[in-house]
Amino acid sequence: MASSRDDFVIAIRSAFLKKSYQQKFSLLTLIFLSVIIVILGSFNFKPIQYVKIGINEIVYRSSFIISIPENYFKNLTIKLEEHFNLYDQFKKNQTELKNLKEKKLNNDFLILENKKLRELINETLQSDDLYAKVLVDKNSPYLKSIILNKGSKDNVKIGMAVVDNSYLVGKIIEVNYTNSRALLLSDLNSKIPALLEPIDIHAVVSGTGKNHGVIEYTKDDYDQKIKDKEIIVYTSGYGGLFKPGLPVGKIINDNKTNENIVNFFSDFRQLDYVKIVSYDIGSGN
Amino acid sequence: MSSLNKNSFIKSLLFYLPVFFLFASVLNEIDFNYLDIQYFSFNFAYTLIFYWTLKNPRYLNYGSIFLAGLINDVVIGLPIGISSFCYLLICAVTAYLRNITITPNFINDWISLLFTILLINSIQVISLDFIFSIDVNYMRYLINSGFTFIFYPIFLFLFNNLEKKIKTQKND
Repeated sequence: MASSRDDFVIAIRSAFLKKSYQQKFSLLTLIFLSVIIVILGSFNFKPIQYVKIGINEIVYRSSFIISIPENYFKNLTIKLEEHFNLYDQFKKNQTELKNLKEKKLNNDFLILENKKLRELINETLQSDDLYAKVLVDKNSPYLKSIILNKGSKDNVKIGMAVVDNSYLVGKIIEVNYTNSRALLLSDLNSKIPALLEPIDIHAVVSGTGKNHGVIEYTKDDYDQKIKDKEIIVYTSGYGGLFKPGLPVGKIINDNKTNENIVNFFSDFRQLDYVKIVSYDIGSGN
Repeated sequence: MSSLNKNSFIKSLLFYLPVFFLFASVLNEIDFNYLDIQYFSFNFAYTLIFYWTLKNPRYLNYGSIFLAGLINDVVIGLPIGISSFCYLLICAVTAYLRNITITPNFINDWISLLFTILLINSIQVISLDFIFSIDVNYMRYLINSGFTFIFYPIFLFLFNNLEKKIKTQKND
């Protein structure tokens, strides 16, 4: 009994402390080092943050370069798929264009009216735009995010909105010197104040970790109100981070689960360039 | 002379192939660990580290595994140090297995892999969820562990072939 315990102790000691096979560090040293890094990182210890920023600068660029061949094949598949669906897409686009032309006339009028009303209440809306290239879009179960090639040297700040054309994509959560990380709306930890139109209900759109979102924090009668209606989700502007009225997605019914989900307008898997925007909503009152 | 040079180049290239695979897998955008397929993903890095450190840690030294973990954390946005810790725990298990095993047995190794994956994924989930308050999908972790375990024999076959090639080159 005692000898088997001794064998176990010898095996454990040898596994952790022996620097065999030309190893420069013992396993125990490295395990301790990683635990110390995790603990200090959780307390936002400054030197660890600097190390992280340093690694970020190198890794994001190298990751972008290493992923070039794979991205080429990924894009090729998408292009081929688009090519095969060309005719169907053309027909669909034709119908959509006709409808959009009709809607645009209405829209132009509304924009003018909105502008006049803003002037009337003396409210100004200023925005600074910055175009950024998506360097890496590696998703993980805990973080749906993209790495952008603009950082603190381009005046990118935490909390700035990231948009794809006019659709909201996410917000900046980490800024390095030459790059930054944006948390996508689909991430589990993403929660943005939203407005459901035309039923005029305020809600919160939460990410699910998948490619869609869900509506949270609404009153019970919300399900009844959206029946047989096309509901568009816009940002409400609460919290002051995002401009009110940025289109987010459309509510659709998931056939599998029979739940209402938010189908985002932007396809987060195909983001090449995005716009980083900061808004300054001022009021004369 | 040139054939000698070429031979030694191929030799060193093959020798560093496991390290290259490890760094490529943590740096690449397309990661088998986070595929966009529902109910399917597996952790290639775990399999790679488990196999090569169990076979012979000369191919994958602990320093580079530690560094690969740090890079993985940065790329996928985990709190820095967690992946390094998990990768090194795999090394600890494999080092222990090497010490207690006289004749290697595939079934023993395979079951040890399951135990190791479950252990390190549990540690990762506990630290992410309870210490760092990051929401994690438990089901994905379970599925990931399951497929990593199931796919091990396939990688074992591939890596065995690669190891044979490395050994042959070394003996030439």
